[in-house]
Amino acid sequence: MKLVYFAWIRERIGTSSEEIELPPEVETIGELIAYLAGRGENYAEALKVPEIIRAAINQEHVEHAEKIGDAREIALFPPVTGG
Amino acid sequence: MASGASAIAVRIQADDFDAGAELALLSAGRGDVGGVASFLGLCRDEAGRLAALELEHYPGMAERAITQIAEKAVRRFSLLGLRVVHRYGRIAPGGNIVLVAAAAAHRRAAFDGAAYVMDFLKSEAPFWKKEHLADGSSGDWVAAKDSDDAAKDRWAD
Repeated sequence: MKLVYFAWIRERIGTSSEEIELPPEVETIGELIAYLAGRGENYAEALKVPEIIRAAINQEHVEHAEKIGDAREIALFPPVTGG
Repeated sequence: MASGASAIAVRIQADDFDAGAELALLSAGRGDVGGVASFLGLCRDEAGRLAALELEHYPGMAERAITQIAEKAVRRFSLLGLRVVHRYGRIAPGGNIVLVAAAAAHRRAAFDGAAYVMDFLKSEAPFWKKEHLADGSSGDWVAAKDSDDAAKDRWAD
């Protein structure tokens, strides 16, 4: 599936998007964030305060408990500041 | 009463927009609109500290999220028309960032419709602002405010 990152999460990870194969035990957004945080220092730095990370599955806001299922695109981003 | 998406126009663009022209479109060629209320959001210079804001957005989701908010507003306030334009990219102080304009038969619905869309847009539309400082350096990402999250609570049913 495709992961996309925005704002300071994108900057700290060092890429705006990537394709990834997730291990089967990663079932929810919360588990995805924990899994990604273990992939390297840049991910750990970007995701070190998991509770403030917002997520979207297929461009719809979701909570951390949401099941990933067969999502095509998952986005991780900071709280929004538009308007 | 206008129904559904036909009354709604949502645009996400880098280019500037003409707020007056957007407002005029809401009543052009029709006699049922009694009022148009709008909010025009601008880039502040923060007392000379800022050279510009850089707005990043999530293409696709930005349009989608704002359209969903707009559809709820049209239904809830029986709006006759609703136009939202939100810019991305680098915007200098004084520049336009966002326009929300709501047309209705009466003033209360127009005011409430525009305020409702702004309150939800601030906490749900995927945009992020980064500061560029007047001394040429790159500043911080603007932090979200709890007050923005609280603002939408006043619309709870």
